[in-house]
Amino acid sequence: MTDLGNRRPGAAGEADGLVPSEEAPGGISRRRMIGYLLAAPTLVAAARFGADPAEAAVPSLGPTDLADLSDILTAAAAPTFGLLKITVDSAGVAHFALPRAEVGQGITTAVTMVIADEMDLPIDKVKVTLADATPELQFNQLTGGSNTMHALYTPIRTAAATARGQLRATAADELSVPAALLRAADGVFTTPDGRTATYGSLAEKAAVRSTRTVKTQLKSAASLRYVGTEQKRIDARASVTGTKEFAMDLDVPNALPTMVCRPPKINGKALAILNAPDVKAMPGVTDVVIVPHNQFTPGGVAVRAKTFGQCFDAVRALNVKWGGGTVDDKSSASVLADLKKSEIPLTPALPGTTIDETFIFNFRPGDALEPNCAVADVRKDRAEIWSSLKSPIWAKQQIALALGLAPEKVAVHVVEGGGSFGRHLFCDAAFEAASISQKMGKPVRLMWHRTDNFRQGRSHPMAISRVRMTRQGSNVIAVDQRHTGVACDFTQGLGDIFTSLDTSQPGQNFLQFSETVFTFTANVPYQFGAVSQLLNEIYTFNTFNTSSVRNVYSPDVATSTELMVDRVAKDIGKDALQFRLDNAKDDRMKAVMRTVAQAGNWGRTMEAGTAQGIAIHSEYKGRSACLVEIDCRPQTVNRKIREAYTGPRVTKVTYAVDVGLPINILGLKAQIMGGAMDGIAQALTYGLHLEKGSFLEGSWDDAHYTRQWNTPPEVNVIVMPPTTGEPGGAGEFGVGTTMAAVACAYYRATGKFPTEFPINQHEPLTFEPFPTVPPIPASPVDGLGRAGIKRPRKKTTKKKTTHKAG
Amino acid sequence: MPNHTFILNGKRVTVDVEDDVRLLWVLRDVLGVRGPKYGCGLGVCQACTSHINGKAFNPCRTPVSSLRSSDRITTIEGLPERVGKDLHPMQEAWLDVDVAQCGYCQPGQIMAAVALVEEVHAKGRKVNDADLDKIRNVCRCGTYPRIREAIKQGEARMPGPKKKKAVKHTS
Repeated sequence: MTDLGNRRPGAAGEADGLVPSEEAPGGISRRRMIGYLLAAPTLVAAARFGADPAEAAVPSLGPTDLADLSDILTAAAAPTFGLLKITVDSAGVAHFALPRAEVGQGITTAVTMVIADEMDLPIDKVKVTLADATPELQFNQLTGGSNTMHALYTPIRTAAATARGQLRATAADELSVPAALLRAADGVFTTPDGRTATYGSLAEKAAVRSTRTVKTQLKSAASLRYVGTEQKRIDARASVTGTKEFAMDLDVPNALPTMVCRPPKINGKALAILNAPDVKAMPGVTDVVIVPHNQFTPGGVAVRAKTFGQCFDAVRALNVKWGGGTVDDKSSASVLADLKKSEIPLTPALPGTTIDETFIFNFRPGDALEPNCAVADVRKDRAEIWSSLKSPIWAKQQIALALGLAPEKVAVHVVEGGGSFGRHLFCDAAFEAASISQKMGKPVRLMWHRTDNFRQGRSHPMAISRVRMTRQGSNVIAVDQRHTGVACDFTQGLGDIFTSLDTSQPGQNFLQFSETVFTFTANVPYQFGAVSQLLNEIYTFNTFNTSSVRNVYSPDVATSTELMVDRVAKDIGKDALQFRLDNAKDDRMKAVMRTVAQAGNWGRTMEAGTAQGIAIHSEYKGRSACLVEIDCRPQTVNRKIREAYTGPRVTKVTYAVDVGLPINILGLKAQIMGGAMDGIAQALTYGLHLEKGSFLEGSWDDAHYTRQWNTPPEVNVIVMPPTTGEPGGAGEFGVGTTMAAVACAYYRATGKFPTEFPINQHEPLTFEPFPTVPPIPASPVDGLGRAGIKRPRKKTTKKKTTHKAG
Repeated sequence: MPNHTFILNGKRVTVDVEDDVRLLWVLRDVLGVRGPKYGCGLGVCQACTSHINGKAFNPCRTPVSSLRSSDRITTIEGLPERVGKDLHPMQEAWLDVDVAQCGYCQPGQIMAAVALVEEVHAKGRKVNDADLDKIRNVCRCGTYPRIREAIKQGEARMPGPKKKKAVKHTS
């Protein structure tokens, strides 16, 4: 394995060393590193990676050099780690512009902790912001694959340690004492006789006039104050007071509300507006234009108005002539048939007893609660865009190309996102907002309607996974898995990384991108002999609008294999936990299993119709085990809550996770807990029904993501002590393990072996689908009823606009 | 355009906007009050949950013309003022439990939680699991378990259930 993120600089004899001496030697993380001091009016420090210029080139790596997807993403980011700068100002505050997107996963908090630790600063003296799109960062500004902390932990520490070393040297000069005698705490150096110098007072004196390299040393693990502890989110107060700003909350002058009237079928094209003058005359409406469909945006007809409410009305009033879409004749059943036809054949079976099952994973929604949105102000000679973007460099380049502007004339600001789950790897909203702003010649605040998010947004690609397990006696000797899915779109940014690293050969339909992700994420965490896992994908990358949705292959792959593990255990009469312990690949995996088994009381006597289920998963440099209890008794399944799907209830989740080195225990627990809520939904309730080119679901009451009535009353996440000294991933880790555990528990509770997900997919619909024309439903008018207020409706002043289906 | 007057977070406001514009857009687009969030426009996701005269409602499904000048609208921005502090006890509980992840749904969650506790207390009892199960607010980050914990902690810091009047028996 090559891990550039941890390669020690090889060049010795660099310029003057700044090796701090306050720390005891030893400790896994206490490595000597090389940093930069950058010429600036105040202290600016950066990490240096790659000892000679040749190593700064993008490395060419093949699959055998890399262990998993995290390694690929870290290797791709590594050449520009030197551009990660920490600036100390005269107030003693350390500033860092994080080149990743904060979308709720807590990386701004974790990075704040890392910098505070390495610099002996309190949390509130570290200010982490999100970097604008910065093309010189190359592949070091992509948020995905749960990779942020894996990639950035060491370079950020190095920059921080470099800053600390320079401050110490400056303080030693100022206070006329040997650097080694200074004690640093909370941003203040103190001499043995009690004299002090604050970082703020030293910041300008510590600045250098010409950039130079320095040696530095990272702190020992034992001397870290924040890393590995429970820290609350730095933006928690803004969240609970409603002051946290998302893209739609920004005050950009004249950026009026803007929405798009979408086609009745996926990727249909707007050919003509048949009633533009009528719609333009509606109250509040300023502009109505066609947005062409292309590979980056579904498009339709854009309307801009004084309020979003008036945009809703205008969208509903539009009479549009629509051209065909990309999947007009397709339904869930026909896609399934296409998938079955495209499966890669299994290898010839070895002698032994085989079980062979095919699992179906339906389309599932991919959007966050914050709808797709972006603010764009495009002028003749420049443009400015605000959106939550996980691949902002790619967005900047493509948007500049589409607008006909030089990339440096297009400022792309990364705004904190209201969730992402993979969705913001795609810049559809930013791209669309920029196109609309250019066409209208005015700033726009673009928002997608919720119904459009479900129906025209990006969904998790439908897939089938065939698993054959072959055993001789009680030993599994072969596992064959053939995963066949609708093409997952990796073209926006992530694909460029794979191409740059040459992990794949260019080909049609970008299957090579999907194969890269599959190859580096799919695994069977057991000693099961000959394992063969292969992927095939059908259609082109933009036939359906797809994305990785917390996350792409792992939940489906893990659920399929773990169900089969339960089957084998049952066939040979072994306990599901014991069978897993007997066959698990390594001790880290066995440790998380034993932990959940003990904490969750594995094997306790359960009532009929209820059961436990256990599953494991290995990814992101980590190990995880999940033990759930499910209640499938009729009185639970048939609970009545209005416009809800209740169904079986997971009553308890016990989850143990080993991420190598946990940074923020509280943030990690939150991520795992959220992932578990996803896993429950993906196993039991959260799917889409495709019918003749359109998804039936159009609201949160149609597509059943976990709600409070599905939430387990008991959730216990156990974070294992550090095992590797290196942080792994967390953002997606909770999903697959929980989904698999829920499926296994369902099997044990009901005796029915589930082969299609979500399990409720073929139950009667709980809703009446909204019409597709107009594309969005009207907002109801009875909001006061909930507060027990009944008032007769006043006559409105609204001008009548008749609507005809187009 | 018609004028509409109501009391927003303790202050009387008058807006000049068409009758049928839903209050959410009057708050966000006309008045610049951006704590209440859009998540569906159907009253399903509850991200816009605010209070009218102390009870939870959805501004996204309330035409501005249905308000009266005496109606008191409270958004997340005005919640602390109701208790005369920097933060409402429910917000404090939210911080103690570190509920939020992305934060988008949290203003609506907190407004719904406060209204739930007050409603249940008015009935003379404490919040139970069945009450929590009925909360409709969507959190796509999946903070649900921490929301349940925070509501229990927030409830403990709020005035307790109304004491039921003893029923007098006359013989």
